[in-house]
Amino acid sequence: MASNKYIVGLFDHEDKLIGAIRKCKKENVEITDTLTPFPVHGLEDELGYQDTRLHTAGFMFGITGTFVALSVMTFIMTTNYPINFGGKPNFALPSFIPITFELTVLFAAVGMVMVYCIRNGLFPGAVPRILDERITDDRFALSFEVDDSTSKEDISKVVNLLKEAGAVEVSSKEFNDDTEIFEVETSEVESLL
Amino acid sequence: MSHYESPIREPLIQGDNITYTKITDDIVATTEKAPPLSWWIGFIISATFAGIGVVAILWTIWQGIGTWGLNKTVNWAWDITNFVWWVGIGHAGTLISAVLLLFRQKWRTGINRAAEAMTIFAVICAGLFPLIHMGRLWMGFFIFPYPNTRGPLWVNFNSPLLWDVFAISTYLTVSLLFWYSGLMPDFATIRDRAKGKVRKFIYNALSFGWTGTAKQWQRFESLSLILAGLATPLVLSVHTIVSFDFATSVIPGWHTTIFPPYFVAGAIFSGFAMVETLMIITRKVLKLENYITVGHIESMNKIIVLTGSIVGVAYITELVIAWYSGYLYEQYAFANRATGEYWWAYAIMMTCNVITPQLYWIKKFRRNIALTFVLSIFVNIGMWFERFVIIVTSLHNDFLPSSWLYFLPTWVDVAIYLGTLGIFMTLFLLFARAFPVIAIAEVKSIFSISSAQARKHQLEENKKFEKDYKESIGAEYAKDDVFDTNY
Repeated sequence: MASNKYIVGLFDHEDKLIGAIRKCKKENVEITDTLTPFPVHGLEDELGYQDTRLHTAGFMFGITGTFVALSVMTFIMTTNYPINFGGKPNFALPSFIPITFELTVLFAAVGMVMVYCIRNGLFPGAVPRILDERITDDRFALSFEVDDSTSKEDISKVVNLLKEAGAVEVSSKEFNDDTEIFEVETSEVESLL
Repeated sequence: MSHYESPIREPLIQGDNITYTKITDDIVATTEKAPPLSWWIGFIISATFAGIGVVAILWTIWQGIGTWGLNKTVNWAWDITNFVWWVGIGHAGTLISAVLLLFRQKWRTGINRAAEAMTIFAVICAGLFPLIHMGRLWMGFFIFPYPNTRGPLWVNFNSPLLWDVFAISTYLTVSLLFWYSGLMPDFATIRDRAKGKVRKFIYNALSFGWTGTAKQWQRFESLSLILAGLATPLVLSVHTIVSFDFATSVIPGWHTTIFPPYFVAGAIFSGFAMVETLMIITRKVLKLENYITVGHIESMNKIIVLTGSIVGVAYITELVIAWYSGYLYEQYAFANRATGEYWWAYAIMMTCNVITPQLYWIKKFRRNIALTFVLSIFVNIGMWFERFVIIVTSLHNDFLPSSWLYFLPTWVDVAIYLGTLGIFMTLFLLFARAFPVIAIAEVKSIFSISSAQARKHQLEENKKFEKDYKESIGAEYAKDDVFDTNY
């Protein structure tokens, strides 16, 4: 079970955030999450994230669509419901192409968006842990999970690192499972020390 | 900063004191304040038209298609004209968000959200026409292939009309997914600013619980790119298939191989015109001039002059090929189209689609907002008449002169068309009220490279460099034009 307590450093510019990430890497501090108001290019490389496999999923869904469309149309037009159109072939591949293409795109798009939502934990009614309400506005955040076993040296190391990297605000946040879904208790980070 | 951009490039975000918060404030403000009076006036007018349209649709369903002006030869007129017109308008949104994404055109960020919304509403309006033309609307599901007890009785997979069913429904679904996946982060922005609990709850549900972690953004970017890659051939396929409805028939005037590219160019042309009409009003009413700049309008005008010229070439090619074919009926169809009873419709089409957009070769006109607004409406009128000309002039004089008739619409035809305009505008106004009209996150992502402030900063750096250089080499040796920074 994940801890409910985080140290959160907020930055006011994406370049400062990247500086802080580099510093964390150098000093071997593990970042729990990086949150930004917009996609910052190159961020996933700085964090050492693996490339997403979403495109592979998209390809698999797409090829499924192709196969379904071609096989269903072929079955219907040649076996299940063959009609004689003036002696023209029942297996009329050229006229199957438009629908095959459309279903390939449809399957790929729908499947990929479903995978995207599942992997990101996105669904209507999801209750996110919002570390700070300004993250979707103009703040770039680094969060570090802490629990009772985290030593004070480690905490002060993180706090100092964030301050040195130019964080405009460093605080500790705690989620209480019993309270309102969006409520988070913010306190001075010094209380952890 | 992710990449270098030349300081002479026009900034995409204007204004002197823009910050990330200011961007959020400016765009979200429209959903937080009470709507202005102009919104209410627009809404009431649109809703009234929508109401008239609904009455006319119900009247059609009650009485039957006989209430329309269709006659013996013209068995397809305003309904299919409106259908093709609306589908065409629906092309700009996906083009802006998908094709321009693949081409890395950053100016799409200011207008893509509203253009995609427009696409979806236009496709909804388009879809209404085949549905009501069925007469028995409740039998609509017959067009889908599904295992049934009547036989087996299947749809005909060789029919372009069935391809159209697949094309339009796929297009609507994919556009909707594309649009919505981009909306989630922006709904989260609104949620995090929300004061009331209900508002917070609603926007959280709409945002699907988005938080903005680096992994989410990584997947987001990947998803946008692949959806763009899928939507690009899709957008071209949709109007291609719409054109097959005509091109695969044997009616002179319809049976031409030029139709697919010609229809696609026309669709992009009319779609951009509609985006301009809406955006020029939206930027003014919602005070978004800093994000939807004259530069954006100029870029769209460039696409309009390109696609308008393609359409013009297609019109002339059609005439030349009809003459060259040596086929009497084909020659008659085109001569009748240009000089017959419907010459006036042909003249409107030619003027609005080919002649007036040529003004955009001149930069001053491309950047003139009032002129752009007028011409964008001209283009939409012209494109409506293009479809009318293709459909009605090819049908009204058929192979049997005794059945030749002049087509005139009835009040029901007109009311349904105006009704879809009303439905479209009502949906758009509701969208402008409750949704972020501009993609907030995407605009922010170009802020540090393409804003007026970033340009100013670049110029200052250049001046500093110039000064240092002149000091080091001596002012009399320095070549002045190297440092021409007064762009």
